[in-house]
Amino acid sequence: MSKLSVTKRGDFVKMCIWRGDASGGSFVDYKIPVSETQTVLDAVTWVQRNVEPGLSYRFACRVGMCGSCAMMVNGRPRWTCRTHVSKVIKNNQIRLEPLRNLPVIKDLVCDLSDFFAKWLKANGRFVPTATREHPVKKISPLSRQRQAANAAIECINCAVCYAACDAVEQYPNYLGPAALNRAWTLVNDVRDDGKRERLRAITADGGCQCCHSQHGCASHCPNELNPARSIAGLKQVAVTAIFKGEV
Amino acid sequence: MIRPHQKQPLWLAFAVHRMSGIGLALFLPAHFYILGTVMKDTRPLDTFLHWSELPLVRVAETGLVFLLAVHCFGGLRLLALEFLPWTPYQKTLAALAASLALFVAVSFLLNGI
Ligand code: HEM
Ligand code: SF4
Ligand code: SF4
Ligand code: FES
Repeated sequence: MSKLSVTKRGDFVKMCIWRGDASGGSFVDYKIPVSETQTVLDAVTWVQRNVEPGLSYRFACRVGMCGSCAMMVNGRPRWTCRTHVSKVIKNNQIRLEPLRNLPVIKDLVCDLSDFFAKWLKANGRFVPTATREHPVKKISPLSRQRQAANAAIECINCAVCYAACDAVEQYPNYLGPAALNRAWTLVNDVRDDGKRERLRAITADGGCQCCHSQHGCASHCPNELNPARSIAGLKQVAVTAIFKGEV
Repeated sequence: MIRPHQKQPLWLAFAVHRMSGIGLALFLPAHFYILGTVMKDTRPLDTFLHWSELPLVRVAETGLVFLLAVHCFGGLRLLALEFLPWTPYQKTLAALAASLALFVAVSFLLNGI
């Protein structure tokens, strides 16, 4: 399929954008002139500047750093700022929706309050063991624990994995891949003092046991993180703790 | 319908595991009931075993063997994924589980011919 042929300068592409709010909505079609290196975010911006000033969407950095521009692009969650139109176009059109598994506020903007509340619920907060008066603790980057934490640390809270997870869809209380991935980095952080509480949080209602290892998170995370792997690690820690009678 | 975000091999592995699990759960009560009839009288089981020689029934049974095998190997794969050190070739393992299950089921079918 010659996907690229439709994105020459002077061509047009059809964007079906979901418009509406919490009470409901529908798709509206827009015809957009395309250029070669245009991203999906560029196309949305073009609609807002030229056709529909009332169109709501979020972005900030435009370079895959802030995690605010994620949307469903042709049914898959993606960072729109790092997705070229030419890459995702299908039958000369692109379908845009707000992220799955989150309540819509308006158009392409959803409410991430639940998503962030779950980070706190998973005890995703670092609990320090030292103060600024203490000397800096030396931690070998080669230690097994630090390597496990490092492999999962580069998360930018974009909720792409959360939108790709069917377990969240089926059980809305489930903490989800991002929050549990964060918890895993802290389980492996030797400076952290919140391990007991966190263990309780990740084995409580909605904890790591809700994950069915479908790997939707891992196959969609734009940072190529693997929350499924982190959650498998949590399951091991949880089962060990249960046998030891710690939870 | 499989939605776009589900189009990846390990989601398919999940779907197969759930459907085979449900299939087995539906089949097992019938299985135990038939076996249980022997406690009173062996004739119904003999009639049933005779009936199960029919080719069509044999093919249906192969389906059940496949369900059990695919669920068993798939389940072992999940347990390995979750409780053994992580390996980067999860999709290969899923494919291996499916092919082992197919092998077992086809062996069962051929064995009866
Ligand atoms: C032969 C050995 C078996 C193994 C190794 C095995 C393993 C597993 C595992 C690891 C799961 C969890 C899957 C997940 O987290 O999504 C599971 C789920 C399940 N199993 Fe089995 N199982 C076996 C036999 C059976 C049998 C005989 C039945 C039928 C009664 C059965 C019915 C189910 C059902 C209904 C589920 C739930 C599926 C889901 O949540 O998606 N299993 N099995
Ligand atoms: S592996 Fe677990 S957390 Fe990741 S998408 Fe699947 S069910 Fe959700
Ligand atoms: S794990 Fe990946 S997809 Fe999930 S929130 Fe973090 S960066 Fe986004
Ligand atoms: S705009 Fe910041 S990640 Fe896309």
